[in-house]
Amino acid sequence: MIEMVPREGDRAAAAPPPLVSLRGITKRFGTLTANDHVDLDIHPGEIHALLGENGAGKSTLVKILYGLLEPSDGAILWQGEPVALQGPQQARALGIGMVFQHFSLFENLTVAENVAVAMPGDLPIAAITERIAAVGEEYGLVLDPGRFVWTLSAGERQRIEIVRCLLQNPRLLVLDEPTSVLTPQEAERLFVTLEKLAADGCAILYISHRLEEVRRLCRTATILRAGKVVATIDPRSVRAREIAALMVGVEIGEVKAVPGHAMGPERLVVKGLSLPPEEPHGQSLREVALGVRGGEVLGIAGVAGNGQGELFAALSGERLAAAADAVRIDGTAVGLLDVTSRRRLGAAFVPEERLGHGAVPDHRLGENALLSRHGTGGLVARGFILADAARKLAFRIVDTFDVRKEGPDPRARTLSGGNLQKFVVGREILREPAVLVVNQPTWGVDAGAATVIRQALVDLAARGSAVIVISQDLDELFEVADRIAVIHAGQVSEPRPTRELTREAVGLLMTGALDESALKAAEEAGVVHAS
Amino acid sequence: MRLELVPRATVSPAARLLAPIGALILSFALGGIIVALMGRSPLTALDIYVLQPLSDPWALQELVVKATPLVLIAVGLSFCFRASLWNIGAEGQYVVGAICGSALALATHGTEAGAWVLPAMLGLGILGGALWGLVPAFLRVRFGVSEILTSLMLVYVAELMLDYLVRGPWRDPKGFNFPQSVGFDTAATLPILGDGGRLHVGVLFALAAAAVAWVVMTRTLFGYRLRVTGDAPRAARFAGFDERRTALAVFAISGGLAGLAGIVEVSGQIGQLKPSISPGYGFTAITVAFLGRLHPLGILFAGLVMALTFIGGEAAQISLRLPFDLTKAFQGILLFCVLAADALVSYRIRLVRRGVLAGRAPA
Ligand SMILES: Nc1ncnc2c1ncn2[C@@H]1O[C@H](COP(=O)(O)OP(=O)(O)OP(=O)(O)O)[C@@H](O)[C@H]1O
Ligand SMILES: [Mg+2]
Repeated sequence: MIEMVPREGDRAAAAPPPLVSLRGITKRFGTLTANDHVDLDIHPGEIHALLGENGAGKSTLVKILYGLLEPSDGAILWQGEPVALQGPQQARALGIGMVFQHFSLFENLTVAENVAVAMPGDLPIAAITERIAAVGEEYGLVLDPGRFVWTLSAGERQRIEIVRCLLQNPRLLVLDEPTSVLTPQEAERLFVTLEKLAADGCAILYISHRLEEVRRLCRTATILRAGKVVATIDPRSVRAREIAALMVGVEIGEVKAVPGHAMGPERLVVKGLSLPPEEPHGQSLREVALGVRGGEVLGIAGVAGNGQGELFAALSGERLAAAADAVRIDGTAVGLLDVTSRRRLGAAFVPEERLGHGAVPDHRLGENALLSRHGTGGLVARGFILADAARKLAFRIVDTFDVRKEGPDPRARTLSGGNLQKFVVGREILREPAVLVVNQPTWGVDAGAATVIRQALVDLAARGSAVIVISQDLDELFEVADRIAVIHAGQVSEPRPTRELTREAVGLLMTGALDESALKAAEEAGVVHAS
Repeated sequence: MRLELVPRATVSPAARLLAPIGALILSFALGGIIVALMGRSPLTALDIYVLQPLSDPWALQELVVKATPLVLIAVGLSFCFRASLWNIGAEGQYVVGAICGSALALATHGTEAGAWVLPAMLGLGILGGALWGLVPAFLRVRFGVSEILTSLMLVYVAELMLDYLVRGPWRDPKGFNFPQSVGFDTAATLPILGDGGRLHVGVLFALAAAAVAWVVMTRTLFGYRLRVTGDAPRAARFAGFDERRTALAVFAISGGLAGLAGIVEVSGQIGQLKPSISPGYGFTAITVAFLGRLHPLGILFAGLVMALTFIGGEAAQISLRLPFDLTKAFQGILLFCVLAADALVSYRIRLVRRGVLAGRAPA
């Protein structure tokens, strides 16, 4: 146990009573103890971080605080008074707002309707639309209230969740990994929002795997490991690496490049790929051209909603291109072939959203192993499922990628976010695909596991595969990609070698503030430095 | 004040299994109240509706015979409903199946045509029902038309077609102008199981359909495809399961089984075509499918329960002079209770008083 760091003197002197205190909270799922006698105090106006590796019990703890789960033991005190939360309504009535790690939105409703269902009373949609616009304006959370949720990217969906909470003027705002799908600029705007809220006296409980932002934002951090509080620290007085070590129990390595592997011929070639939007407000793809060689990791950076989902759908075959030769895998024109046929040619895909897209939440891991592997041999014979083989494959994925779970073959829904991500990525990498396309590979994954996944991507390329990583996380792209292109408004820029790029330049390209030629000119004029 | 449905934090599997039974009990209670309001003793009604059919061997056979079309249709519907596609028009597919199969029976009437007639009739019944079922599926995948509406509307088209046929071209010329066809030849009649009983071969079809459906649902890639499509449509797309092909397949299957039920009923039970060949089996089967949890074994059980309401309803019509509409109302109540029980397993009801903060419950 690490010593408690006292809160700063000036605050301690004023020491208002905690807004909410958790006392001895314990939550058991079968034999697994997800929370083990957790004590936690949150004060008004405080931004309090909750840290821990994947499966440490963070989401479980905040679900208890929000009345979604009943604790097996322990008590919640709200302003010193014990409360037994019967459900989220009651938590909301107390003034607790929550932004979930996995979104709880109705796909078939519009943005405004999704906000409306969460609001008490019966405000007309027009009034809600206005308020969305006002809050969006104030906090820089741009949303089109009329759009259907199913057409939105993860980043945009998250904005709905945040706006939805802010509209209810919460006294305690809980955010479960809010920035994992935001761009650095978007995240920066969110921090300003949060600091403003905190200054107004709202308490904030903040879950994140990004230690740098925790250090920027929070003065107190509670660290969970295997359900127990192992330390409460001031994150600014402890180095990020040490915090990470506290979370995992060991030091975290760095992604190592594999030196001296040869670049092969182009394995994935995209030429003149255009795709109309699937619905009126969607993003269309315009004349995308890319070539990825065996041995290479190509990064595609971009702000959420600029066509990443559409690009993923077109590359994977979830949507077909207009012409067969718009997409080629190892020389075969696959533009008109479906997902399964492309997989049979050696391609593999990892979508952005793991629950409901990359995995069926209510199915067990064995069945979820089938989801992308049923067509590529070994799991189905003459139309019959080889359930044992599927389960064995699931176990192999679980072992190789250290997926932590409860029970031998649990439902996907019960895995912690990061652990399910490891499963979904591992399922594809274990196949040794010729071509791998992954969208946001480490969304919500802890630092240790993120390193494991990134290393696996780099190693896969080193063994001769062509890998495309679509990501908003520039640090990630600079860590794994040999070349980086930027997707903006459905157009993909010419990929350029990573070592010739700076984060600032890519960041500007992502926001469309700069186009390709302007970037060149700016470089020459010395405004932007190529490193 | 208003009511709200609040998702439950945890859903116990036991509650999920017990929900249909609770729904049964509740709907019997409601049925009893209605009977009482109509001035009859609920206990007598219970006796006539439930106990007498269950204690009389003849009625027990009748129960199985009535359950047969219900099970056949509901097994087919379970394929649709598993994939979250809503075929509400099984009644129409049943009628068209009956018409198509009967066309052959009538064409070979009075000829020496042999043993091939019956299998061919069954085949035609399946084909007719499947094609009728494919119409709404096609409209859905091609034009995005709601399959719920079109499948339902096609029921009325099918019924009027049958009406026209038995009053017009297919009317028995020696039938004293009654709107009905000639009686089927032996070669076109489903054989009886055993001696002199009421059970015909169709009963075996229903059992076989349930068994096959069970294997398909739990063991095959096709069953997996339906479960993924129903549980997570986006994941189904990711898996490469084309939504359009799934829709066409399940409508063909459920239409085919409904068509089989139609021709089985006409050839095994009624023996001729008439304007009305179903007391609403195609609609009741929707309740059967849900009451049976979309599971083949559950559907067998639910088919028997719903058959009981038909038989009890007929008996009550005679001895209590209760209208048959009451039976239909009861079936509606049952479906309502089943769906409500399902909802209450995953949600609980909360009363919200506007303007008052939800109280803090003391620990
Ligand atoms: N409904 C459930 N049934 C069984 N086990 C569960 C359930 N929900 C969570 N768990 C288990 O509890 C543990 C803690 O999960 P939790 O989601 O709280 O982790 P987390 O700290 O939020 O991780 P991450 O950073 O990956 O989101 C995990 O091992 C998970 O498998
Ligand atoms: Mg979590």
